[in-house]
Amino acid sequence: MIEQAVIRFAGDSGDGMQVTGSQFTNTVALYGNDIATFPDYPAEIRAPAGTVPGVSGFQLNFSSGEVHTPGDAVDALIAMNPAALKVNIGDLKANGILIVNSDSFKETDLRKAHLDANPLEDHSLDKFRVFPVELQRLTRTSLQHLGLDAKAMDRCKNFFALGMCYWLYNRSMDPTVRWIDDKFKKKPLLAEANQLALKAGYSYCEATEVFQTSYEIPPAQLSPGVYRNLSGNQALALGFVTAAQKAGLKLFLGSYPITPASDILHELSQYKNFGVLTFQAEDEIAAITSAIGASYAGKLSITTTSGPGMALKTEALGLAVMTELPLVICDIQRGGPSTGLPTKTEQADLLQALFGRNSEAPIPVLAAATPADCFWVAVEASRIALKYMVPVIILSDGYLANGAEPWRIPEIEEIPGIPVHFATDSNGFHPYKRNPETLARPWAIPGTPGLEHRIGGLEKQDVTGNINYEPLNHENMVRIRAAKIDAITQDVPNVMPNGDPDGDLLIVSWGSTFGSITQSVKAQREKGRKIGHLHLRYLNPLPANVGDILKRYKNVLVPELNMGQLLWVLRAKYLVPAIGLNKIQGRPFKQSELDQKIEEVLGL
Amino acid sequence: MTTSALPPLTRKDFQTDQEVRWCPGCGDYAILAAVQSVFPELGIRRENFVIVSGIGCSSRFPYYMNTFGFHSIHGRAPAVASGIKIAHPELEVWIATGDGDALAIGGNHTIHLLRRNVGIKVLLFNNRIYGLTKGQYSPTSEFHKVTKSTPFGSPDRPFNPVSLAIGAESTFVARSVDIFQAHLKETLKAAAAHKGSAFVEILQNCNIFNDGAWVNLTEKDARSEQVIQLEHGKPLIFGKNRDKGIRRKSDGDIEVVQLGNGISESDLIVHDAHHPRPSYAFLLSHMEHRPGFPTPIGLFRAWDDLPRYEDVINEQVQEIIAKKGPGDLGKLLRAGDTWEVK
Repeated sequence: MIEQAVIRFAGDSGDGMQVTGSQFTNTVALYGNDIATFPDYPAEIRAPAGTVPGVSGFQLNFSSGEVHTPGDAVDALIAMNPAALKVNIGDLKANGILIVNSDSFKETDLRKAHLDANPLEDHSLDKFRVFPVELQRLTRTSLQHLGLDAKAMDRCKNFFALGMCYWLYNRSMDPTVRWIDDKFKKKPLLAEANQLALKAGYSYCEATEVFQTSYEIPPAQLSPGVYRNLSGNQALALGFVTAAQKAGLKLFLGSYPITPASDILHELSQYKNFGVLTFQAEDEIAAITSAIGASYAGKLSITTTSGPGMALKTEALGLAVMTELPLVICDIQRGGPSTGLPTKTEQADLLQALFGRNSEAPIPVLAAATPADCFWVAVEASRIALKYMVPVIILSDGYLANGAEPWRIPEIEEIPGIPVHFATDSNGFHPYKRNPETLARPWAIPGTPGLEHRIGGLEKQDVTGNINYEPLNHENMVRIRAAKIDAITQDVPNVMPNGDPDGDLLIVSWGSTFGSITQSVKAQREKGRKIGHLHLRYLNPLPANVGDILKRYKNVLVPELNMGQLLWVLRAKYLVPAIGLNKIQGRPFKQSELDQKIEEVLGL
Repeated sequence: MTTSALPPLTRKDFQTDQEVRWCPGCGDYAILAAVQSVFPELGIRRENFVIVSGIGCSSRFPYYMNTFGFHSIHGRAPAVASGIKIAHPELEVWIATGDGDALAIGGNHTIHLLRRNVGIKVLLFNNRIYGLTKGQYSPTSEFHKVTKSTPFGSPDRPFNPVSLAIGAESTFVARSVDIFQAHLKETLKAAAAHKGSAFVEILQNCNIFNDGAWVNLTEKDARSEQVIQLEHGKPLIFGKNRDKGIRRKSDGDIEVVQLGNGISESDLIVHDAHHPRPSYAFLLSHMEHRPGFPTPIGLFRAWDDLPRYEDVINEQVQEIIAKKGPGDLGKLLRAGDTWEVK
């Protein structure tokens, strides 16, 4: 019986590691473990087989306690070839379990991975518990009666490895057997082959007693409710469908495929029976401008992208600011600049989201903290957009987009309604006559008699919306657009730090670093250190009490996966001598990196 | 959306109180007048019209039309308009754009709108110059043209907007001229009657930066000698004395022939605007580049057998609803493998 384990599947991008990892995740989540996952795959669809650039990995942390990160170091590594071993072995704990496919350690395989010696023979792995398994031969043997060709049989070897892992961690094969049935509904022979490989892997462990012991991780004590496993991109998609239903509107998505955001488009394109309209535009600009058009015509409109696409959308963002139309823009951040690291995570689009437009064009910005939180952020961003008639930016990132965690499914009634009012009365109608409380202008959609009016990107007179170039009018309008965003502060709840309400150190964070920082702060406080953790979901406008909280601590540390963007904002806005911890490696923080910095700041 | 009996509309109903700010003598005035006189005749309620534009002189158009209007950003009118039309297929969506807006910065959106056959009317005002930025050459400016940005002559070969639209397989392609008012109105009406994408190039003068842009077609006598008017079902004849025509050659190409001397009208091509394939229309669109050939105006192509994009996309939604039933949010959130914690 153990409390927690971190397992990583690594192989060629064609080896099915993402499927294997997802299946293992689903099984342990169904069993009731808390989980956090970290899929890490190359940008190339199929880099040359067996090479280092082609290595794809999937890491899972599962526990009977609370889990906030996929884990720093790995307890068990499954390496399908020498390249996967080479890339991942550094993260395996001493005495950790290493399962390797020994059939793929021939001289040619070693050469592809640029290895001079065979690590299985040169004693470089002596500090690990190494289990060389002839995955290829054993899989072929178990499938030989089916009449499949060698290639098709070899494609099942990931399920053999998965079967072994199920034995190792005492997990039922049933959920995966069901999944295979569903996945290969139309190819019963392949369904049978994969199921046989899975069961053969399990039986192999049972019969040969290769591992001697297996592990049991009891279910976690999560709060009561019905759960499912959810990735950040799935959560955004579900959140938008929910927001549209709660607002009584149809959802329109204008999008152009881009990693790591495309899954939101894939997901939403399946929900047509919810009236969802998905438009795969000719480019990023058409994606957002079509969404602006659909918003003008009365839909809950969204557009989804990543950093490079965000850059292309900036002029249209200004148009949405100027025409004061509701719109939600999701930026699933990745490593940059330019094309950068398409499949790796980064938090370096914060300043782009806050300021990346010509002139004074303030836009509310929200950031999701965890994969499941993406659901709630989608609902909240939609609510703000519709209530204040503004574009709203959601920041997620590759880590949240592809990572998964258990999500307590809310009851529909738990989610508050989103009131929407379309103007219909032509009496005294003016396109820029504002609601005094929210400063929102009326939403007057085409087809409404008597409300014919013109909007556009040119500066306009308040109330009438007529083009106006007068100096004082322009200043007035710039200030109104800013005041409108400030007015949202009334809707932004005050924040409370986790941990100590005052003391030696406040850690301020935003976005996907929530998990690793939570874990680190917990560990540090258990050592008696006086630390608070303030995590910001609203980045514009910031909650009203942030400035007060910053003053309660001797030190302020802002860890970010960028060069210090929130740090820059906090220092500029609150004049606090905050310092940063910055990592720009396309990977999330490890707890050890945070611990080290915290101890350094505390002078320990 | 209102569907009750249509109140009678007049040209005045489509005029706004905004002061029109085009240069005196600009061809845009003539186009505005034609549109304002055609719209009341279309049997469409005023509130169901939406005019979308990008940036440029022509793109000020929506401000002068008392309909719903959206003056968007440079080149993006087709995308904004597509969003409106997909969201609300019953609306009558027109785009006012120019040669720079539609063919340079917005070229990508223009071709994609046309190939999708979104039911939007595109009016491309072609004055072969950038007016609002004060006189640089445009994608339709002539090779070697001297402008502010090409003091030694333009190195670019121009686009032929009609050829481009036909190449994108637009289901309706026509051309008219700002000052040929009667022809322009007829062309606009034909575009309005078309269900799918309708592309209308309107040759237009810019009397400030490119005066005489089309003078070779519009000056006295030129209209009959240099212009051939395409009319469905009629032979391709032109000339002041209607004594010239276009004949098919044995190799499939076309030639200009002088009528008489054994050549009669029956030897000429009879214009078929409704041909399902675009190659014939393309051949016509290209003849103005050849010495001795006239420039065609009128309807190149009107083939309305393709479904409209907005119908396809919305019908798909209806089909899935019919098949799966309307979405149940509670079920959607609980989809897949779930487990209960007590």
